[in-house]
Amino acid sequence: MASTFETVADIIAEVCDVPRDQIKPDSHVTQDLNVDSLNFLDAVFSIDQKFGITIPLEDWTQEVNEGKVRGSKYFVLTNFCAEVDRLVAAKKTAAAG
Amino acid sequence: MSESQPGDMRIDRFQLVDRIEQISTDPATVTTVARVPDDHSIFAGHFPGHPLLPGVLIGELMAQTSGFVLLVKNGFGRMPFLAAMKELNLRSFVVPGTVLECVARLVHEGSGYAVLDAEVRRAGETKRVADARLTFRITPFPNPTLETEMRGRAAEVGLVLDGKAVRLGAGGMR
Repeated sequence: MASTFETVADIIAEVCDVPRDQIKPDSHVTQDLNVDSLNFLDAVFSIDQKFGITIPLEDWTQEVNEGKVRGSKYFVLTNFCAEVDRLVAAKKTAAAG
Repeated sequence: MSESQPGDMRIDRFQLVDRIEQISTDPATVTTVARVPDDHSIFAGHFPGHPLLPGVLIGELMAQTSGFVLLVKNGFGRMPFLAAMKELNLRSFVVPGTVLECVARLVHEGSGYAVLDAEVRRAGETKRVADARLTFRITPFPNPTLETEMRGRAAEVGLVLDGKAVRLGAGGMR
């Protein structure tokens, strides 16, 4: 089974038209991959659908814009994928409970 | 040349929905009705001797219907702004006097955005005139004026707002 990173990277490559080999775990989505906000929204839609989750993009963006956290906390892919895994696990826990 | 008449889509105000015919949930869906004016200055240029409703206005009808899906769902508490329209297909000409029916359905509601599918038919027909997939950003109302105007618009197209609850009234008020 593909790892979360592989799945997310494949989606970003396809949806945002970024060469797959440029997408690394330490890539920052907007700063390194030059993905604009609308393309990223498309990618988040595909990731939401693929994993059956709702990525809290609005909350993340607000936290970054208010200076509470650095953008890398959410938008470097290794961190982004960890959040996806956390959301998937939380969903499974909720379903089991 | 005359402009929009009562009962027609109000092209000059860019208010293309005449009334909301149906709202439903799971998935959130809205059906709207819009009548193309018999005569309008827009047809002088689009096209001389062969008047057609411009495709961008058919797309806008789908966008406004989709917007109502989201407004109804969130109780007119936040404002949807069109961010993308993909795979816009214009499958046949729409001439003056046509009554259009537009159905928009929520595909996915994410965090601060939503994706919907919309399609347009001539009233009473099954064949699609147009369809598209639309993405919206959903934000707090940027100012009280817009929020008030949107709530007023709700009444015009036949919706009744009761706090966060939204239902279809007995008939739209124009």
